[in-house]
Amino acid sequence: MIYWQLFMSFLRIGLLSFGGGYAALPLIEEEIINSRGWMSTTDFVDVLTMSEMAPGSLSINSATFVGNHIAGIPGSFVAALGVTLPSALLVLLLAFVYYRFRNFSLLQGIIRGLRPTVTALIISAGISIIPASLFKDNEMAASVKNLDFISVLLIMIAFWILRKSKLGPIQVMVITGVIGIVSFGIFPS
Amino acid sequence: MKKESRILWKLFTSTLYLSTFTFGGGYVILPMMEKKFVEDFEWIDEEEMLDLISISQSAPGSMSVHASVLIGYRMAGLIGALVTFTGTIIPPFIIMNLLSYIYGAVRGNLLIGHLLRGMQAGIVAIIVNLIYKMVARILKKKKIIPIATLFLSLAGIFIFNLNIIYLLLFAGTVGAIETSLAVKKEDQKVRNSQEAKR
Repeated sequence: MIYWQLFMSFLRIGLLSFGGGYAALPLIEEEIINSRGWMSTTDFVDVLTMSEMAPGSLSINSATFVGNHIAGIPGSFVAALGVTLPSALLVLLLAFVYYRFRNFSLLQGIIRGLRPTVTALIISAGISIIPASLFKDNEMAASVKNLDFISVLLIMIAFWILRKSKLGPIQVMVITGVIGIVSFGIFPS
Repeated sequence: MKKESRILWKLFTSTLYLSTFTFGGGYVILPMMEKKFVEDFEWIDEEEMLDLISISQSAPGSMSVHASVLIGYRMAGLIGALVTFTGTIIPPFIIMNLLSYIYGAVRGNLLIGHLLRGMQAGIVAIIVNLIYKMVARILKKKKIIPIATLFLSLAGIFIFNLNIIYLLLFAGTVGAIETSLAVKKEDQKVRNSQEAKR
Protein backbone atom coordinates (compact mmCIF):
# COMPACT_ATOMS: atom_id res chain seq x y z
CA MET A 1 0.00 0.00 0.00
CA ILE A 2 1.29 3.40 -1.01
CA TYR A 3 0.66 5.07 2.37
CA TRP A 4 2.54 2.38 4.20
CA GLN A 5 5.44 2.63 1.73
CA LEU A 6 5.56 6.40 2.14
CA PHE A 7 5.49 6.09 5.91
CA MET A 8 8.24 3.47 6.02
CA SER A 9 10.46 5.32 3.54
CA PHE A 10 10.28 8.53 5.51
CA LEU A 11 10.62 6.70 8.80
CA ARG A 12 13.94 5.38 7.53
CA ILE A 13 14.97 8.88 6.47
CA GLY A 14 14.01 10.29 9.88
CA LEU A 15 15.79 7.60 11.88
CA LEU A 16 19.01 7.58 9.86
CA SER A 17 19.70 11.26 9.27
CA PHE A 18 22.21 11.97 12.00
CA GLY A 19 23.15 15.62 12.25
CA GLY A 20 19.96 17.24 11.02
CA GLY A 21 19.43 19.39 7.93
CA TYR A 22 21.39 18.24 4.93
CA ALA A 23 22.30 14.92 6.57
CA ALA A 24 18.86 13.85 5.36
CA LEU A 25 19.77 14.64 1.75
CA PRO A 26 21.55 11.36 0.81
CA LEU A 27 18.80 9.33 2.50
CA ILE A 28 15.99 11.18 0.77
CA GLU A 29 17.81 10.75 -2.53
CA GLU A 30 18.30 7.02 -1.91
CA GLU A 31 14.64 6.42 -0.96
CA ILE A 32 12.84 8.76 -3.34
CA ILE A 33 14.91 8.56 -6.52
CA ASN A 34 16.95 5.36 -6.40
CA SER A 35 14.97 2.71 -4.58
CA ARG A 36 11.33 3.79 -5.10
CA GLY A 37 11.67 5.80 -8.30
CA TRP A 38 9.04 8.27 -7.08
CA MET A 39 10.76 11.22 -8.67
CA SER A 40 13.35 12.18 -11.26
CA THR A 41 16.53 13.91 -10.16
CA THR A 42 15.44 17.14 -11.84
CA ASP A 43 12.10 17.22 -10.01
CA PHE A 44 13.90 16.39 -6.81
CA VAL A 45 16.22 19.38 -7.15
CA ASP A 46 13.08 21.52 -7.47
CA VAL A 47 11.78 19.94 -4.25
CA LEU A 48 15.05 20.81 -2.52
CA THR A 49 14.86 24.36 -3.82
CA MET A 50 11.36 24.86 -2.45
CA SER A 51 12.16 23.09 0.82
CA GLU A 52 15.05 25.45 1.37
CA MET A 53 12.94 28.54 0.60
CA ALA A 54 10.08 27.56 2.91
CA PRO A 55 10.28 27.66 6.71
CA GLY A 56 10.81 24.34 8.46
CA SER A 57 13.47 21.69 8.22
CA LEU A 58 14.57 20.11 4.97
CA SER A 59 13.29 16.67 5.98
CA ILE A 60 9.72 17.68 6.94
CA ASN A 61 9.42 19.97 3.96
CA SER A 62 10.56 17.45 1.41
CA ALA A 63 8.52 14.69 3.07
CA THR A 64 5.37 16.80 2.83
CA PHE A 65 6.04 17.74 -0.78
CA VAL A 66 6.93 14.25 -1.96
CA GLY A 67 4.02 12.75 0.00
CA ASN A 68 1.60 15.15 -1.68
CA HIS A 69 3.15 14.48 -5.08
CA ILE A 70 2.71 10.71 -4.63
CA ALA A 71 -0.61 10.42 -2.80
CA GLY A 72 -2.22 13.82 -2.16
CA ILE A 73 -2.77 15.33 1.29
CA PRO A 74 -3.15 11.96 3.07
CA GLY A 75 0.18 10.99 1.50
CA SER A 76 1.84 14.18 2.72
CA PHE A 77 0.44 13.50 6.19
CA VAL A 78 1.87 9.98 6.52
CA ALA A 79 5.19 11.07 5.03
CA ALA A 80 5.56 14.04 7.40
CA LEU A 81 4.55 11.87 10.35
CA GLY A 82 6.97 9.13 9.30
CA VAL A 83 9.91 11.48 9.13
CA THR A 84 9.23 13.19 12.48
CA LEU A 85 7.31 10.98 14.91
CA PRO A 86 9.68 8.01 15.42
CA SER A 87 12.72 10.23 15.89
CA ALA A 88 10.73 12.50 18.23
CA LEU A 89 9.85 9.46 20.35
CA LEU A 90 13.50 8.44 20.31
CA VAL A 91 14.57 11.87 21.53
CA LEU A 92 12.09 11.66 24.41
CA LEU A 93 13.61 8.32 25.37
CA LEU A 94 17.09 9.86 25.22
CA ALA A 95 15.95 12.74 27.42
CA PHE A 96 14.59 10.25 29.93
CA VAL A 97 17.90 8.37 30.00
CA TYR A 98 19.80 11.62 30.21
CA TYR A 99 17.91 12.93 33.23
CA ARG A 100 18.37 9.62 34.96
CA PHE A 101 22.08 9.08 34.36
CA ARG A 102 23.40 12.51 33.40
CA ASN A 103 25.99 10.83 31.23
CA PHE A 104 26.01 11.36 27.56
CA SER A 105 29.61 11.03 26.49
CA LEU A 106 29.27 7.68 24.69
CA LEU A 107 26.30 8.85 22.64
CA GLN A 108 28.01 12.09 21.74
CA GLY A 109 31.12 10.11 20.81
CA ILE A 110 29.05 8.00 18.44
CA ILE A 111 27.57 11.12 16.85
CA ARG A 112 31.06 12.61 16.49
CA GLY A 113 32.27 9.36 14.94
CA LEU A 114 29.42 9.51 12.41
CA ARG A 115 30.35 12.97 11.16
CA PRO A 116 32.96 11.94 8.53
CA THR A 117 30.62 9.30 7.12
CA VAL A 118 27.73 11.75 6.99
CA THR A 119 30.06 14.13 5.15
CA ALA A 120 30.94 11.38 2.65
CA LEU A 121 27.23 10.62 2.14
CA ILE A 122 26.41 14.28 1.51
CA ILE A 123 29.30 14.44 -0.99
CA SER A 124 27.87 11.49 -2.91
CA ALA A 125 24.32 12.91 -2.86
CA GLY A 126 25.70 16.27 -4.02
CA ILE A 127 27.57 14.67 -6.88
CA SER A 128 24.47 12.93 -8.16
CA ILE A 129 22.27 16.00 -7.85
CA ILE A 130 24.58 18.70 -9.23
CA PRO A 131 24.41 17.53 -12.91
CA ALA A 132 20.65 18.26 -12.93
CA SER A 133 21.57 21.91 -12.67
CA LEU A 134 24.75 21.89 -14.77
CA PHE A 135 23.32 20.46 -17.99
CA LYS A 136 20.56 21.73 -20.22
CA ASP A 137 19.10 18.34 -21.00
CA ASN A 138 19.49 15.57 -18.49
CA GLU A 139 18.44 12.87 -20.91
CA MET A 140 21.43 13.77 -23.05
CA ALA A 141 25.03 12.83 -22.31
CA ALA A 142 27.18 15.10 -20.20
CA SER A 143 29.18 17.09 -22.74
CA VAL A 144 30.48 20.62 -23.14
CA LYS A 145 27.79 21.27 -25.75
CA ASN A 146 25.13 20.28 -23.29
CA LEU A 147 26.64 22.40 -20.51
CA ASP A 148 24.45 25.23 -19.26
CA PHE A 149 26.91 28.11 -19.03
CA ILE A 150 24.52 30.49 -17.29
CA SER A 151 23.95 27.95 -14.52
CA VAL A 152 27.68 27.31 -14.17
CA LEU A 153 28.29 31.04 -13.86
CA LEU A 154 25.42 31.41 -11.38
CA ILE A 155 26.79 28.58 -9.24
CA MET A 156 30.18 30.25 -9.14
CA ILE A 157 28.68 33.63 -8.24
CA ALA A 158 26.52 32.04 -5.52
CA PHE A 159 29.48 30.15 -4.10
CA TRP A 160 31.55 33.33 -4.05
CA ILE A 161 28.77 35.22 -2.24
CA LEU A 162 28.42 32.42 0.34
CA ARG A 163 32.15 32.41 1.06
CA LYS A 164 32.80 36.14 1.00
CA SER A 165 29.69 37.71 2.49
CA LYS A 166 27.46 37.13 5.46
CA LEU A 167 24.37 36.51 3.32
CA GLY A 168 22.45 33.36 4.19
CA PRO A 169 21.29 30.55 1.86
CA ILE A 170 17.85 32.06 1.28
CA GLN A 171 19.16 35.48 0.28
CA VAL A 172 21.65 33.81 -2.07
CA MET A 173 18.85 31.79 -3.68
CA VAL A 174 16.71 34.90 -4.14
CA ILE A 175 19.68 36.61 -5.84
CA THR A 176 20.41 33.69 -8.20
CA GLY A 177 16.67 33.30 -8.85
CA VAL A 178 16.34 36.93 -9.97
CA ILE A 179 19.52 36.79 -12.08
CA GLY A 180 18.12 33.54 -13.48
CA ILE A 181 14.86 35.18 -14.64
CA VAL A 182 16.80 37.96 -16.37
CA SER A 183 19.62 35.92 -17.94
CA PHE A 184 17.63 32.85 -18.98
CA GLY A 185 15.07 35.30 -20.40
CA ILE A 186 17.71 37.09 -22.50
CA PHE A 187 19.61 33.94 -23.52
CA PRO A 188 17.03 31.16 -23.87
CA SER A 189 18.63 27.77 -24.35
CA MET B 1 -5.94 22.99 35.90
CA LYS B 2 -6.48 26.40 34.37
CA LYS B 3 -2.81 27.25 34.71
CA GLU B 4 -1.85 24.06 32.97
CA SER B 5 -4.04 24.71 29.95
CA ARG B 6 -2.60 28.21 29.76
CA ILE B 7 0.90 26.71 29.57
CA LEU B 8 -0.21 24.27 26.88
CA TRP B 9 -1.76 27.09 24.87
CA LYS B 10 1.40 29.17 25.18
CA LEU B 11 3.53 26.17 24.14
CA PHE B 12 1.34 25.63 21.12
CA THR B 13 1.24 29.24 19.94
CA SER B 14 4.94 29.84 20.45
CA THR B 15 6.07 26.72 18.57
CA LEU B 16 3.55 27.52 15.83
CA TYR B 17 4.96 31.02 15.58
CA LEU B 18 8.61 29.93 15.62
CA SER B 19 8.00 27.27 13.02
CA THR B 20 6.16 29.65 10.68
CA PHE B 21 8.70 32.45 10.73
CA THR B 22 12.03 30.71 11.02
CA PHE B 23 13.63 30.13 7.68
CA GLY B 24 16.77 28.05 7.52
CA GLY B 25 16.29 24.98 9.71
CA GLY B 26 17.74 23.87 13.03
CA TYR B 27 20.65 26.24 13.43
CA VAL B 28 18.38 29.24 13.06
CA ILE B 29 15.42 28.02 15.08
CA LEU B 30 17.38 26.84 18.12
CA PRO B 31 18.68 30.31 19.10
CA MET B 32 15.15 31.70 18.58
CA MET B 33 13.74 29.04 20.91
CA GLU B 34 16.35 29.87 23.45
CA LYS B 35 15.33 33.51 23.35
CA LYS B 36 11.65 32.67 23.70
CA PHE B 37 11.75 30.04 26.43
CA VAL B 38 14.79 31.17 28.41
CA GLU B 39 14.68 34.97 28.14
CA ASP B 40 11.06 35.86 27.39
CA PHE B 41 9.11 33.25 29.34
CA GLU B 42 11.86 32.36 31.84
CA TRP B 43 10.59 28.78 31.90
CA ILE B 44 13.96 27.10 31.54
CA ASP B 45 17.40 28.27 32.61
CA GLU B 46 20.28 28.73 30.22
CA GLU B 47 22.12 25.61 31.30
CA GLU B 48 19.15 23.29 30.96
CA MET B 49 18.43 24.75 27.53
CA LEU B 50 21.98 23.82 26.47
CA ASP B 51 21.36 20.29 27.75
CA LEU B 52 18.11 20.06 25.79
CA ILE B 53 19.87 21.28 22.65
CA SER B 54 22.63 18.71 23.00
CA ILE B 55 20.04 15.96 23.49
CA SER B 56 18.21 17.09 20.36
CA GLN B 57 21.47 16.92 18.43
CA SER B 58 22.19 13.41 19.69
CA ALA B 59 19.24 11.83 17.93
CA PRO B 60 18.75 11.43 14.19
CA GLY B 61 16.16 13.60 12.48
CA SER B 62 15.06 17.21 12.57
CA MET B 63 16.71 19.14 15.40
CA SER B 64 14.01 21.80 15.56
CA VAL B 65 11.30 19.17 16.06
CA HIS B 66 13.40 17.49 18.75
CA ALA B 67 14.10 20.68 20.67
CA SER B 68 10.45 21.71 20.73
CA VAL B 69 9.31 18.22 21.76
CA LEU B 70 11.81 18.29 24.63
CA ILE B 71 10.70 21.72 25.79
CA GLY B 72 7.06 20.61 25.66
CA TYR B 73 7.86 17.49 27.64
CA ARG B 74 9.87 19.45 30.19
CA MET B 75 7.02 21.94 30.75
CA ALA B 76 3.94 19.70 30.62
CA GLY B 77 4.86 16.04 30.22
CA LEU B 78 3.74 13.91 27.31
CA ILE B 79 0.77 16.14 26.50
CA GLY B 80 3.15 19.08 26.32
CA ALA B 81 5.40 17.14 23.97
CA LEU B 82 2.42 16.30 21.76
CA VAL B 83 1.31 19.93 21.71
CA THR B 84 4.73 21.32 20.73
CA PHE B 85 5.20 18.52 18.18
CA THR B 86 1.93 19.49 16.53
CA GLY B 87 2.72 23.19 16.67
CA THR B 88 6.08 22.65 14.99
CA ILE B 89 4.76 20.38 12.24
CA ILE B 90 1.64 22.31 11.16
CA PRO B 91 3.25 25.35 9.46
CA PRO B 92 5.70 23.52 7.15
CA PHE B 93 2.99 20.92 6.48
CA ILE B 94 0.50 23.51 5.25
CA ILE B 95 3.07 25.59 3.37
CA MET B 96 4.61 22.64 1.53
CA ASN B 97 1.21 21.24 0.60
CA LEU B 98 0.27 24.61 -0.87
CA LEU B 99 3.61 24.83 -2.68
CA SER B 100 3.08 21.34 -4.03
CA TYR B 101 -0.20 22.38 -5.69
CA ILE B 102 1.21 25.67 -6.93
CA TYR B 103 4.24 23.86 -8.36
CA GLY B 104 2.00 21.44 -10.22
CA ALA B 105 0.06 24.35 -11.71
CA VAL B 106 2.91 26.66 -12.68
CA ARG B 107 5.83 24.41 -13.50
CA GLY B 108 5.18 24.86 -17.22
CA ASN B 109 5.34 28.65 -16.87
CA LEU B 110 8.48 30.00 -18.53
CA LEU B 111 9.17 32.72 -15.97
CA ILE B 112 8.78 30.32 -13.05
CA GLY B 113 11.02 27.88 -14.90
CA HIS B 114 13.76 30.53 -15.17
CA LEU B 115 13.33 31.46 -11.51
CA LEU B 116 13.59 27.83 -10.37
CA ARG B 117 16.57 27.21 -12.62
CA GLY B 118 18.32 30.23 -11.13
CA MET B 119 17.51 29.14 -7.59
CA GLN B 120 18.75 25.63 -8.38
CA ALA B 121 22.16 27.15 -9.09
CA GLY B 122 21.90 28.71 -5.63
CA ILE B 123 21.14 25.40 -3.95
CA VAL B 124 24.01 23.69 -5.76
CA ALA B 125 26.36 26.38 -4.43
CA ILE B 126 24.89 25.92 -0.94
CA ILE B 127 25.54 22.18 -1.05
CA VAL B 128 29.07 22.65 -2.44
CA ASN B 129 29.79 25.22 0.27
CA LEU B 130 28.44 22.87 2.95
CA ILE B 131 30.62 20.01 1.70
CA TYR B 132 33.64 22.34 1.58
CA LYS B 133 33.06 23.41 5.20
CA MET B 134 32.46 19.86 6.47
CA VAL B 135 35.57 18.44 4.78
CA ALA B 136 37.71 21.37 5.91
CA ARG B 137 36.54 20.88 9.50
CA ILE B 138 37.60 17.22 9.42
CA LEU B 139 40.95 17.80 7.70
CA LYS B 140 41.90 20.80 9.84
CA LYS B 141 41.85 18.82 13.07
CA LYS B 142 44.57 16.53 11.67
CA LYS B 143 43.30 13.51 13.55
CA ILE B 144 43.88 10.19 11.88
CA ILE B 145 40.61 8.42 12.75
CA PRO B 146 38.09 10.92 11.35
CA ILE B 147 40.18 11.44 8.21
CA ALA B 148 40.50 7.69 7.69
CA THR B 149 36.74 7.26 8.29
CA LEU B 150 36.02 9.94 5.70
CA PHE B 151 38.13 8.25 3.02
CA LEU B 152 36.96 4.74 3.91
CA SER B 153 33.34 5.94 3.67
CA LEU B 154 34.00 7.57 0.30
CA ALA B 155 35.55 4.30 -0.91
CA GLY B 156 32.60 2.38 0.52
CA ILE B 157 30.15 4.58 -1.40
CA PHE B 158 31.89 5.10 -4.71
CA ILE B 159 33.85 1.86 -5.14
CA PHE B 160 31.97 -0.79 -3.19
CA ASN B 161 28.44 0.64 -3.38
CA LEU B 162 27.81 -0.17 0.27
CA ASN B 163 24.42 0.47 1.84
CA ILE B 164 24.11 3.68 3.90
CA ILE B 165 23.14 1.67 6.98
CA TYR B 166 26.39 -0.33 7.01
CA LEU B 167 28.44 2.82 6.63
CA LEU B 168 26.64 4.49 9.54
CA LEU B 169 27.00 1.35 11.67
CA PHE B 170 30.71 1.23 10.93
CA ALA B 171 31.33 4.89 11.78
CA GLY B 172 29.14 4.73 14.88
CA THR B 173 31.10 1.73 16.16
CA VAL B 174 34.40 3.53 15.53
CA GLY B 175 33.08 6.55 17.43
CA ALA B 176 31.87 4.37 20.32
CA ILE B 177 35.21 2.53 20.65
CA GLU B 178 37.20 5.75 20.41
CA THR B 179 35.09 7.42 23.08
CA SER B 180 35.17 4.53 25.51
CA LEU B 181 38.96 4.25 25.12
CA ALA B 182 39.28 8.01 25.74
CA VAL B 183 37.07 7.75 28.83
CA LYS B 184 39.19 4.88 30.15
CA LYS B 185 42.39 6.85 29.58
CA GLU B 186 40.88 9.82 31.39
CA ASP B 187 39.96 7.58 34.35
CA GLN B 188 43.49 6.19 34.40
CA LYS B 189 44.93 9.70 34.45
CA VAL B 190 42.70 10.70 37.37
CA ARG B 191 43.71 7.56 39.26
CA ASN B 192 47.41 8.15 38.59
CA SER B 193 47.25 11.73 39.80
CA GLN B 194 45.40 10.62 42.94
CA GLU B 195 48.09 8.03 43.62
CA ALA B 196 50.83 10.58 43.02
CA LYS B 197 49.22 12.84 45.61
CA ARG B 198 49.26 10.03 48.09
